Amino acid sequence: MASLSVLGRAAEVPRRRGRFASGGIYWLFLAPASLLLAAFYFYPLLGVLWISITEPKPGLGNYALLWSSPAVQHVFATTARICALTTAITILLGYAVAYALVHLSPRGQRWMFLGVLLPLWISVLARAFAWVTLLRSEGLINEALLSLGLIHEPLHLMWNVLGITIGMVHYMLPYAILPLYANMRGIDARLVAAARGLGATRLQAFLRVFLPLSLPGIVGAGILVFIFSLGFFVTPAILGGNRILMIAQYISIQILEVLRWGLGAMMATVLMAIVLALIALLARLVDLRRLFGAG
Amino acid sequence: MERLSSGMALTKSLGWAVVMFLVLPITVVVPVSLTDQRFLSLPRAHLSLQYYVRLFTSEAWLSAIGQSFVIAVAATTLALVAGTLAAIGCWRISSRASGVLRMLMLAPLIVPTIVYALGIYRLWITLGMLDSYTGVILAHGVTAIPYVVITVSTSLANFDPRLEQAARNLGATVGQTLGRVILPNILPGIVSGAIFAFIHSWDELVMVLFITSRNIFTLPRRIWDGINENIDPTMAAVAVVLILLTVVLLALESALRGRRGA
Repeated sequence: MASLSVLGRAAEVPRRRGRFASGGIYWLFLAPASLLLAAFYFYPLLGVLWISITEPKPGLGNYALLWSSPAVQHVFATTARICALTTAITILLGYAVAYALVHLSPRGQRWMFLGVLLPLWISVLARAFAWVTLLRSEGLINEALLSLGLIHEPLHLMWNVLGITIGMVHYMLPYAILPLYANMRGIDARLVAAARGLGATRLQAFLRVFLPLSLPGIVGAGILVFIFSLGFFVTPAILGGNRILMIAQYISIQILEVLRWGLGAMMATVLMAIVLALIALLARLVDLRRLFGAG
Repeated sequence: MERLSSGMALTKSLGWAVVMFLVLPITVVVPVSLTDQRFLSLPRAHLSLQYYVRLFTSEAWLSAIGQSFVIAVAATTLALVAGTLAAIGCWRISSRASGVLRMLMLAPLIVPTIVYALGIYRLWITLGMLDSYTGVILAHGVTAIPYVVITVSTSLANFDPRLEQAARNLGATVGQTLGRVILPNILPGIVSGAIFAFIHSWDELVMVLFITSRNIFTLPRRIWDGINENIDPTMAAVAVVLILLTVVLLALESALRGRRGA
């Protein structure tokens, strides 16, 4: 999965203009990466598309399942619901962090950034494991509550939507905070000061000046988090168990356990199509070249 | 800025609270890894290093760590060579076509890994490369290329292209220009790229679940099996080691970035 700490940094790159007469030999520099990606990345991806329309028999039979199979529809609905929930909570919490970040002293900012970036790079499995330690029925949270006498039987904190959402929000937060912060940093603080000077209360100045200006950041970060959530495998699989299946886990079961390649490939193709459509939408709303640091 | 209002104090506390939610749950693995109990819990009577001893004397864990390390180093090397050259090429050509090519190279960051895992699984079945080092290294290597392309491009943006022209005009070959002028100047970007590519491979689970079975059993797969089958405090010790490794690598990366002044 992508890392915005890299992407975010790349966004600061100024666009370099200027052409050179001879690019000739430098095209060769592009050859190793291009060939490797063509043969071992894009070719297998096209293979997935191919499988989805040829197995078990040629045609669009697999895609018809989108309309006829309640199981498939259920997976899509579950995934959409959990991703929407995750995105909403993540953006809300991420907004608070980004807002605090732009208003902190440089020293406080450094510490807060550390707190945001460190989890981003810590092993996703280590993080999911930490949540299992906390949330399972014999976990630390339940033990603490039981020994304090606040509850009499363990709460169900994982293997349900709650557990998946907690784990996913925890994973996605840095991906929301960084673009939100990048957007807020570009908002001219004098506009808020002017609104205050003209008699707006703090709340009015925030709601009518700052919030609308931060809307592109909210939309961009929201789409990004939603995209990453859609294809997320590890955390939902661990914290959801086998009871709540999101699309990525469902695909892996189709391929590795019940060997329905056609169905799995169809779902993967649809997932990819949705992600690409959302990226196209994102590109219309924010400057992707800046987000991904095209020199 | 003006004096701290209560509203601002509140928003800042809220921000810190969320950051605590990010950091604190992860740290819970530290006390759990030091437990004296036989199951996943906080230490009761005293602290114990027994699970670290178990981790570092266990054949299964050590072999998983070893395999993951070999794969990550090889995949990083592959991504580093291909990604650095590609970034330099795009930077130097700087045309519309090279821009499009660069965007395409970032695809592995966007396309869900599960989709690619399916594709590469099928391809490796066809080519008979399932469960082989080569298969995993290639899959991890090509998907790590974008990390290197991004960090190296960032470095190149701060590098004056006239230096490259000057070298060429003074008679340096392309190879000499690359080795003596370009590469030394973008070294911090290359090292950052290497660190991110390494972490990418080291922590990768989804592809490995598809393309490996008995021969290759990487650390993430071992952890995955542990969480799903027999969960014991050794896993907490593994998590602590992983977290420490990440902290060290990121500290290294940030020190380099500080030196580069970017």
